[in-house]
Amino acid sequence: MKILVCVKRVLDPQVKARVKADGSGVDLANAKMTMNPFCENALEEALRLREAGAAEEIIVASVGGGKTEETLRHGLAMGADRAIQVVTEEALEPLAIAKVLKNVAEQEEVGLVLAGKQAIDDDSNQTAQMLSALLGWSQATFCSDIKIEGDKATIIREVDAGLETIEVKMPSVMSADLRLNEPRYVKLPDVMKAKRKPMDKIELGSLGLDTTNRMTTLQVEEPEGRAAGVIVNSVGELVEKLRNEAKVI
Amino acid sequence: MNYNLTAEQDMIVRSLRAFREQELEPYEAEVDRSGEVPDELGRQIKRKALEMGFYAPNLPEEIGGGGLDYKTLALFERELGKTSYGLHGYIHRPSEILLACSGDQIEQYLRPCVSGEKKEVFALTEPGAGSDILAMATNAKRDGDDFIINGSKHFISSPVIPDFAILFAWTGVQQTKRGERKLVTAFLIDRDTPGFTIERGPRCAAQRAYHTWQLSFHQCRVHQDQILGDEGQGFELADKWLKMGRVWVAAAACGKMERLLELATRYATERKQFGQAIGKFQGTSFKLADIATDLQAADLLVMHAADKADQGIMEPDDAAKAKLFASEAVGRAADSTIQIYGGMGLMEELPIERLWRDARLDRIWDGTSEIQRHIISRSLLRQYES
Ligand SMILES: Cc1cc2nc3c(=O)[nH]c(=O)nc-3n(C[C@H](O)[C@H](O)[C@H](O)COP(=O)(O)OP(=O)(O)OC[C@H]3O[C@@H](n4cnc5c(N)ncnc54)[C@H](O)[C@@H]3O)c2cc1C
Ligand SMILES: Cc1cc2nc3c(=O)[nH]c(=O)nc-3n(C[C@H](O)[C@H](O)[C@H](O)COP(=O)(O)OP(=O)(O)OC[C@H]3O[C@@H](n4cnc5c(N)ncnc54)[C@H](O)[C@@H]3O)c2cc1C
Repeated sequence: MKILVCVKRVLDPQVKARVKADGSGVDLANAKMTMNPFCENALEEALRLREAGAAEEIIVASVGGGKTEETLRHGLAMGADRAIQVVTEEALEPLAIAKVLKNVAEQEEVGLVLAGKQAIDDDSNQTAQMLSALLGWSQATFCSDIKIEGDKATIIREVDAGLETIEVKMPSVMSADLRLNEPRYVKLPDVMKAKRKPMDKIELGSLGLDTTNRMTTLQVEEPEGRAAGVIVNSVGELVEKLRNEAKVI
Repeated sequence: MNYNLTAEQDMIVRSLRAFREQELEPYEAEVDRSGEVPDELGRQIKRKALEMGFYAPNLPEEIGGGGLDYKTLALFERELGKTSYGLHGYIHRPSEILLACSGDQIEQYLRPCVSGEKKEVFALTEPGAGSDILAMATNAKRDGDDFIINGSKHFISSPVIPDFAILFAWTGVQQTKRGERKLVTAFLIDRDTPGFTIERGPRCAAQRAYHTWQLSFHQCRVHQDQILGDEGQGFELADKWLKMGRVWVAAAACGKMERLLELATRYATERKQFGQAIGKFQGTSFKLADIATDLQAADLLVMHAADKADQGIMEPDDAAKAKLFASEAVGRAADSTIQIYGGMGLMEELPIERLWRDARLDRIWDGTSEIQRHIISRSLLRQYES
C-alpha cells in the first residue's frame, strides 16, 4: 500500500503571530514557519505503518509556494520516500486543496490518505473530510489510534464525550489528533539524505481544476488582551465574585 | 552573508534542542552536584546520540561522521553548549586532528573514535606550560625506530577515561632568527602503553561533571609508527584545529547566553517589587538590553568566523575575536542574570549559578582572554612591522 500524507506549512507555533497593519491577514514575511504539528502526527503514523509492514511507500504532498519545499524536505528527513509540491502562490481554501489532493491521490493510486485534523493557522478542519467525500472513500477524523487489517481499519477517535471506536473500510482518509503518537525527531544523516530524495513539482494550473476561492476575508484583528487575573483568599470569596462580579453563577 | 538558518540547519537545531531538553538537561543539576555522570547515563546518552547520528558531526561522511559544515557545527555547539559539558561531552566530537591519521592509524584510531568504540584526549597543556606551550617539558627521544617519552600533562579533559592520548612532545630543536625553538611532534599513545599512567585531576568549579586528567610518562617507549602527521610538525597540526576549537567555545557561550537571556527576561516580567514587574525599572531592563546586544554581537562574530572557515579563509584573529568577545559577554550575562534574580539567582535550585560558574571557564580554556588579545593585536601590529 502507498500512503499519501498531506502536510501544510504554517507559522511556527512558538512565535507570536502579528497582524498586518492593514488588517488583511497575518504577517508571514520573514516569519519562522514549520510543518503543521497535526501533519507531523499524520506523517509519524505513516512511518510507523511502514515500519510495521503495512505500507511500502510514503509520499508527502503539499500545496503552496516557493518555500513549501522546505516543509516537504522536513517530511523527507523524517522518513517519507518522496515528495510532491503542487505549486501555487495563492492561499487556497480547503475545498480547493481537497480537489488538488484528490488528483494526487488518484494519480499515485494510494490506498490511504493521512492528514492533520486541522491546520493551526486557519483552524478550518475541513480538508480531510472534503477529500474523503470527493474520493468517495471512508473517513476517520481525530484519530488517536489506527489499526489496519486487510480492507478494514479500526480507529479510536477523540470526541467530546470521550473515546469512540469505529471501523472503516479501506481505502480511507484519516485525520490525526495530537495524541495519535509522538512525532520523531529528525536524525542528522536523514537531513542529508532528504536532499537527495525525489521531489516532484506540479504547477497548479496544469491540473485544470477550479480552485477559485469562495470566501473573502474582510478583516483580521488581534484578539483582545486578557485582563490580569486576581488571586482570591477563600472559596467563599471566589463564589461571591463569580456570583456578583462575573455573574456566571 | 546570510545568517538565516537554512531549512536543513533549522531541522538539525530542532532535533538537537529536543535531545538536549529530553536527554541531557533533566540530569544537569544532579551531575553538577555529584560531579559525576553515572556510567549508565553516560552510555545511554552516547547510544542515543549514535542512533540520532549526532556523534562525530564534525568529521567527514566518508569515514562515518556527520560531515557538517562549520556554520552548522557552530549551531550544533551553540545548542549543546546550553547544558553541561559533562553530559554533552558524551556526544563526542573527536578532535579533527585525527584526520591526519594515515595507514593503520585510520582503522586503529580515527574510525573507532567516529563509531564510539574509542575516546581520545588532546594532551598539550603541562603544569609548567599553559599559555606558553613552547615551554613544554615533555619530550620524546629517538631510540632506533622507537621514541622514549618522559614528562607530564595536566588539565587534559574528557568525560571518561580516554583510550588513547594525542600527545604533544618535543623531539628536537630548530635554530631560528630568535634563537632555539622546540620542534614538537604529535603521538598517538594507547592507555595501556607501559610507562604511561592516567589519574583524575582536581575538582573544578566550572563544568563539574566534566573531568580533567593528569597524564604521566616515564620512560614510555612507542614505535615511530605512532607519530600523527609528520615528525616535528606537531604544532602546525595542532594550530590548524585549535583555531576551530575557539569558535566552538564561543558558540557554546552564545548558547549559554541565550538561555540566560530567556531566564532573565521571564523573571523580569514575572517578579514584582514596589508594585510592579522589576523589568519596569531601568536598572533591570537595561541589563536585559545589554545581554541581548552582546548575544547578537557574539553570534555574528561566531557565524562570521565559521563562514570564513567554510570558505577556507578564516584568520587566527577571526576565531580569537569570537572567543574573546563571546566568553567575556557570557560572563557579564551570567552576572547580570544573577543580579536580576536577586538572592534566588545564587540558589542551587535554579540553573543560573551553575551557568555562571561554567561560563567562567570559557575565558580560560582554549586560550585565555589575554592570549586571544595577544593574537588579535599581533595580527594588527604585523601589518606595520617591517
Ligand atoms: C576544565 C579544563 C579543561 C581543559 N582541557 C584541556 C585539554 O583537553 N587539553 C589541553 O591541552 N589543555 C586543556 N586545558 C588547559 C587550558 O587550555 C589552559 O588552562 C589554558 O591554556 C591556560 O593555561 P594555564 O591554566 O596554565 O594558565 P597560564 O598560562 O599559567 O596563565 C595564567 C595567567 O597568565 C596570563 N598570561 C600568560 N601568558 C600571558 C601573556 N603572554 N600575556 C598576557 N597574559 C598572559 C594568562 O592569560 C592567565 O591570566 C583545560 C583547562 C581546564 C581548566
Ligand atoms: C545568602 C543570603 C542570606 C540572606 N540573609 C538574610 C537574612 O538573614 N535576613 C533577611 O531578612 N534577608 C536575608 N537575605 C535576603 C536578601 O537581603 C535579599 O535577597 C535582597 O534584599 C534582595 O531581595 P530579593 O532577593 O528578593 O531580590 P528582589 O528584591 O526581588 O530584586 C530582584 C532584582 O530587582 C531589582 N529591583 C528591585 N526593586 C528595584 C527598584 N525599585 N529599582 C531598581 N531595581 C530594583 C533588584 O536590584 C534585583 O536586581 C539573604 C539573602 C541571601 C542570598
